[in-house]
Amino acid sequence: MHTLSVLVENKPGVLARVSGLFSRRSFNIDSLAVGETENPDVSRITIVVNADSSPLEQVTKQLNKLVNVLKIVELDPVQSVQRELLLVKVRADRVQRSQVMETVELFRAKVIDVAPDTLTIEATGNPDKLDALLRDLEPYGIKEMVQSGLVAIGRGSRSITTGPALRAA
Amino acid sequence: MTRPPTPETLAQRVSPAAAQAGAAQAGAAAQPTSTTGAGSLVRSLEALGVEVAFGIPGGAILPAYDPLYDSKVRHILVRHEQGAGHAATGYAQATGKVGVCIATSGPGATNLVTPIADAYMDSVPMVAITGQVARPSIGTDAFQEADIQGITLPITKHNFLVQHAEEIPQVLAQAFHLASTGRPGPVLVDIPKDVLQAQTIFTWPTDLDLPGYRPTLHPHGKQIREAARLIAQSKRPVLYVGGGVLKAGATDGLRRLAEQTGIPVVTTLMALGAFPDSHPQHLGMPGMHGTVPAVYALQKADLLVTLGARFDDRVTGRLDSFAPDAKVVHADIDPAEIGKNRHADVPIVGDARHVIDELIAAVSGGSGGTGAYAAWWGQLDDLRERYPLGYDEPTDGTLAPQYVIERIGKLAGPEAIYVAGVGQHQMWASQFISYEKPGTWLNSGGAGTMGYAVPAAMGAKVGKPDTTVWAIDGDGCFQMTNQELATCALEGIPVKIAVINNGNLGMVRQWQTLFYEGRYSNTELGTHKHRIPDFVKLAEALGCVGLRCETAADVDKTIQAAMEINDAPVVIDFTVGKDAMVWPMVAAGTSNDEIMFARDVRPNFDEDEL
Repeated sequence: MHTLSVLVENKPGVLARVSGLFSRRSFNIDSLAVGETENPDVSRITIVVNADSSPLEQVTKQLNKLVNVLKIVELDPVQSVQRELLLVKVRADRVQRSQVMETVELFRAKVIDVAPDTLTIEATGNPDKLDALLRDLEPYGIKEMVQSGLVAIGRGSRSITTGPALRAA
Repeated sequence: MTRPPTPETLAQRVSPAAAQAGAAQAGAAAQPTSTTGAGSLVRSLEALGVEVAFGIPGGAILPAYDPLYDSKVRHILVRHEQGAGHAATGYAQATGKVGVCIATSGPGATNLVTPIADAYMDSVPMVAITGQVARPSIGTDAFQEADIQGITLPITKHNFLVQHAEEIPQVLAQAFHLASTGRPGPVLVDIPKDVLQAQTIFTWPTDLDLPGYRPTLHPHGKQIREAARLIAQSKRPVLYVGGGVLKAGATDGLRRLAEQTGIPVVTTLMALGAFPDSHPQHLGMPGMHGTVPAVYALQKADLLVTLGARFDDRVTGRLDSFAPDAKVVHADIDPAEIGKNRHADVPIVGDARHVIDELIAAVSGGSGGTGAYAAWWGQLDDLRERYPLGYDEPTDGTLAPQYVIERIGKLAGPEAIYVAGVGQHQMWASQFISYEKPGTWLNSGGAGTMGYAVPAAMGAKVGKPDTTVWAIDGDGCFQMTNQELATCALEGIPVKIAVINNGNLGMVRQWQTLFYEGRYSNTELGTHKHRIPDFVKLAEALGCVGLRCETAADVDKTIQAAMEINDAPVVIDFTVGKDAMVWPMVAAGTSNDEIMFARDVRPNFDEDEL
C-alpha cells in the first residue's frame, strides 16, 4: 500500500483527470479523499493505491504530467499520521447498550446518535484501529456504515505545501 | 503569482525561423479592445501567429466564424472534421508549427476524436477549437451536445472548457504553449456558444499561469557524463533514434554525434529523415518491418543510446527478449517514457537538442569511442550485404507495389514530402524511399490511423506550398478520407496521391496469408474485381486529375505526367498485385530474434560470431 498526497490546482474537472488516469493505466485506487488546503487555490488529494514500486513510479510520472497537478509526495507510513473517519450504526438494545458503550470507550470513539435499538458511533483513526473497532462491533450487528477516504500528513515541522511550485499557484 | 509569456515560451517551435516569426507576432502587444468572445478568439489566433485553420462551421461555433470572415487567418473549409484534424497534424509535422482545427459541438467535435488521438500518440502540436452548447444547456443533453472535454481527456495533453469570455486570450496562449513545448501534443479548447457571444475586453499579451507545467529541457550533467562513460566502454553500441529528435530539431547534432563516435544509427518509423538514409552509418529502421541489420544491431548491442524514442512494441517485439545484453541510456523530454517499457541504466530527462549537444561535448572530452567499433561494424556490414531490403518481382505479371513506390521516391527525390496511410504501402514507403531530410516523411505511427494520408498531405502542402507533396495511400485508406480532395481542388492545394491499389486491405490480407491459412475474410474491397469505385472517375468527380497505371513500363511516365501538373491535385490509380508482402517481418508477439527475411527465410543470428 502506498499513500500519495497529490497537490492540484483547485479547478473543475481535476479530480476526474486524476482518477481517470489511474483507471486508464489499470491501477486500483483503494481510497481517495479530496479537500481544499490552507491555500484555497490548491486542493489536496490523498490516494491510497496498491501497487508495486515500479508501476507506482510510472503512475506517479503520468500524474506529474497532468497540467493541473502541482506536486506529488509519497507519505511514508512511519513518518506520517494517517486517519480515516468511520460512522457506524450498531444494533444495541437495552441489554447490549452498555457493552457497546464499553467498546466505544475503549477505542476512544463517540456515540453521536441514539435510537431505541441502535447506537450510531463516530470514530477516527488509522485503518487498523478502525478495522479492530468494526471487528469488536460486528457481533452486535452492524446495520449501516460509511467510511471516509484516508487523509494523511507528514510528521514534524516540514510542510509539503510550501515550495516554488505552490507559491506560483 | 504568474509568469508573463516570454518569446521562447510562446513561439511556435522547432524551426528557428518559425520560432522567430511566432515570437514577433506573439510579442506584439495589443490595445485592450472591446469585442465578443468570438472576436477575442480570432484576435488571439492572430496574435499567436496562426496562418491557417482547418474546419467546418456549425451551430455552436457559428459566432466564431463571423470575425474569422474578416481575419488574416486563412480558414480552409474541409469536408469532414476528421480531415480538419489530420490536415492540422500534417501541417504541424511538415512545418513544426502548431496545427489548428475548428469544429462545432457534438458530432463536429466527436469527429475530431480520431485525429486528436492520432496527434497524441505521435506527439504532434495541435490545437483543436470546438464550439459547445451554451452554458445553461450544458448537462441537459441539448441538441448537438457532447462532453468533448470528458471524451478527449485521455487523448489530449490538456484540454479546456472555457467558462468566461475574459479567459479566452489566456486559454489560447496556454493551449499553444502546452501544445508546442515539452513533449508536444494536442490541446482542445471547448468554448460554449454564449461565451463566444458575450461582450469582453481583448488584451494581449496575457499571463501564462501554468504553475504545474515545467518541462525539463536541460539534462543533468551527471547523467550525461555517465552516458559518455558507457559509450566509451561499449563495444557494440547503437544510436536508437526516435521522433523526439525530429521534434527537437536535433538532426544536425545527431549527425555530428554519430560521425564523431562512429556508432551505428537506427531510426524508428517516426524518425525517418532524422538521419540521412544514404549515410553509411545508417542501418535503417528497426522493428516489425525493419531491416535485418537494424533489428540485429539492437538485439546484439551492448549499449542502446536511446534518443527521443519510447521502446514501442512494434520496435521491441517481445519485450523480455529485446536487446538482452544491452545497457540502456534513455533520453526523453517526457520522464514518464523513461523506464516505462524497458529499464534505463542511465535515465536522461531533457530536450533531444540539448541532450545531443551535451553528449557531443562529453564524448569528445572523454577517452575512446571513435573508430573503436571495427569488429561491430564488420558484423553489421556483413548483414547489410547478405540481407538488403528488396522484393521479388511478381510471377503473375502484376505490377509490384514496391516498384511503384521506389520509382516515386526516385523521381520526386529527397526534397519532396511523402505522406503515407497505414498498412503495407506505408511500410513499403518507409523502406523503398530514401529520406534524407527532416520533415519529409509524415505518417500515423502510434495510432495507425487509416485515412490519415489525404488530409495530412493537404495540411502539409498548405504549410509548404513550394514543396511537392506526395501521398502514398492504399485503396482501403483512400476510401476513408478522399472527400478532402474536393477541398484541395477548390482551395488550390495541388497534392499528388498515389493509390497503391491492390484491391484489398493488404496488410490484413498478409496476416491472413501468414496466420489464418489464407482464409481471406472481409479483406477484398472490389476495387480490382468490380472497379468500384473507379478511382480515376472519382478523382475527376472531385475536381482532380485522375490517372491510371497498370504496367511497370508505364510507371515512370505516369509519375512524370503527375509531376507536370501543378494547378490541380492528381490521383494515380496504380493497379498492383495483391500478393506482395512486406518483408522483413517480426510476427506480433514474437522475439526480434525470430525476424523473417522473407517467407520461410530466417537469418540465424546465433551462427554469427560476436
